Amino acid sequence: MQALVIVAHGSHLNPDASTPTYEHADTVRKTGVFDEVRTAFWKEEPSFREVLRTVESDEVYVVPLFISEGYFTEQVIPRELRLEEWDEAAWESDGTSATHATLEAADVGKTVHYCGPVGTHDAMSDVIVRRAETVTDDPDVGEGFGLAVVGHGTERNENSAKAIEYHADRIAERNRFEEVRALFMDEAPEIDDVTDFFDSEDVVIVPLFVADGYHTQEDIPEDVGLTDDYRTGWETPATVEGHRLWYAGAVGTEALMADVVLERAAEAGADVGDAVETVRRRTRVAGAETSADAGAGD
Amino acid sequence: MNDEQLDALVAAAAEGVECDGLRVSREPAGFRFETPDGDHGGLDEADLRAVADENPWFVSNWYYWTEVDRPAVETAFLRWLEGADGTAVPERYEALAEGVDAAWGELEIEVGLGDDGHRTYEVRHAEDADRPVEDLEVYADPLEARELVKYDDRGRYRPLKTAPTLASGWAFVDLDGRSLVRAVDVVYPATVTNWHLEREGELDVSHWRETMERQTGIYGVIETWDRGEGHEHVEWVAEACCVDSQCLKRREWEYDDGTDLAVDGGDGEFPCREPCSLVVAAARKWTKLEGEESQTYEFELTPSEKEQVEDIIDAVADGTAEEIREADVYEGANRYRTRFLRAKRFDDEGNLCGVPTDEE
Repeated sequence: MQALVIVAHGSHLNPDASTPTYEHADTVRKTGVFDEVRTAFWKEEPSFREVLRTVESDEVYVVPLFISEGYFTEQVIPRELRLEEWDEAAWESDGTSATHATLEAADVGKTVHYCGPVGTHDAMSDVIVRRAETVTDDPDVGEGFGLAVVGHGTERNENSAKAIEYHADRIAERNRFEEVRALFMDEAPEIDDVTDFFDSEDVVIVPLFVADGYHTQEDIPEDVGLTDDYRTGWETPATVEGHRLWYAGAVGTEALMADVVLERAAEAGADVGDAVETVRRRTRVAGAETSADAGAGD
Repeated sequence: MNDEQLDALVAAAAEGVECDGLRVSREPAGFRFETPDGDHGGLDEADLRAVADENPWFVSNWYYWTEVDRPAVETAFLRWLEGADGTAVPERYEALAEGVDAAWGELEIEVGLGDDGHRTYEVRHAEDADRPVEDLEVYADPLEARELVKYDDRGRYRPLKTAPTLASGWAFVDLDGRSLVRAVDVVYPATVTNWHLEREGELDVSHWRETMERQTGIYGVIETWDRGEGHEHVEWVAEACCVDSQCLKRREWEYDDGTDLAVDGGDGEFPCREPCSLVVAAARKWTKLEGEESQTYEFELTPSEKEQVEDIIDAVADGTAEEIREADVYEGANRYRTRFLRAKRFDDEGNLCGVPTDEE
């Protein structure tokens, strides 16, 4: 038996923080490739501390629904899961390259395949692009559009910015969008000045956050000038300083994120069959069918 | 009982069967079939089938508890629900036919008899115990409970799943054992597992000190709260957060391995094995606040006003402020009385009796 456990931050204050985690778990569950699919949270229940004991399987794939490597993925989660042999050198990561490490959880004696966070996986670039497609409702969005990949950024953790820049660079190399920029809330270059960084009239803003909350629903809309007061709402697209800004909140709410979770587990050795393809097909933007998968019937 | 169960019994007889008073074995003289009501020996297979056929409850009960593949924790919980370890099979089947109720936190779980001795389970809020199921929102998929547990009856987010504020008005019906345990695990995560570990004598409790010592980042500060002045502050935390009125888990953690807390751990069926994330977050705030030194302030209050301040603190701490009627000015925490007190005793900066918080 193999189990998938998706671990995420959750919130004591925001009821929507856990919603994307539940939804991606449901998407993976429907593929039927894991005997069990569970979720666990730092701030909600079951806690990281207790989730493994609720799992029957002896092989457990743990995928952190976090954006970057750092404090949570390297210290908090391994500690709380009781992965006593954990050493962050096990990932041999440069800050964005962690894949997985196989360890034993001390309290339950199960084999835990501890994966790198979803946010640094290469497939995350596709989710960001998909987010742009979803926001604009255009599966071919790109020509004439700029793309702003937005991260929190923090002086305390250099990996936080690395993940954002990594994907911005990868997407830029595809030459699909006219311009791609990595922008931040708490360090330069700042999202407040978003229109200064783009020549394109249309700019899609994709925040690299797991769930919608304070930052994506309050700070960023006000910072970029979509609204003076988040409580009064905003329109997408909205015209700001001569640019049309397209904004629809956290990338983590994009259905394709379930695919990244699966890819992480598969690389750690999970048998996921053709679930990756199934999820990609099921989560596509309406109108994005290709001849290869049109009429798949689900 | 059905043919599959009977065939399984005959097949298992060679190895020996023992469950809730039923014993079946193969001896040199033939099969032996025993229940508390009778002992039949020297049976050939046809005889065994005949006598088993006359005791269908014992056979289906054995089949349900031993031939259905389920983890030990699930078996233990489901058997506990129907009182399997303390009630003989015939009495239990008669009770199950009527429906056997068990309580788990605010849940009422009813066990009934399905076809051929299989059990069916229903779960709802205990407050809805006597309501006809037609009056309730009926669900079948345990995962749908995720939305039911998110908000209380007043629509407020419930960050603590074991808070005694579970919303009512719903029911999961016709569940099998697996689905029932999943539903309970969504409502009260990990409680069944920890309850089972406790029964097996294997519950791993992390006491206050060790739990706080492992905190890092913004929570690392909690460790500094111990400044050699005893552990009264942990008593206050437990009294504030970990009593039955606030959480249905039974607190099993203490100050440390050798130092119990005086505050009662509560009467919950399922144990709490370490301070939860809400307690940790609150303790971080208190650690900072408790770093302040006391100051002496001088206020002018009438005796009734002093009592009113005490009433207000009680009402907020107990969550009863909302229950005080609009016009009930006899209650100290009544809104109009409180507004009068503020109008009279606060200055323009919101200082009680005009006394500034920080000395000038």
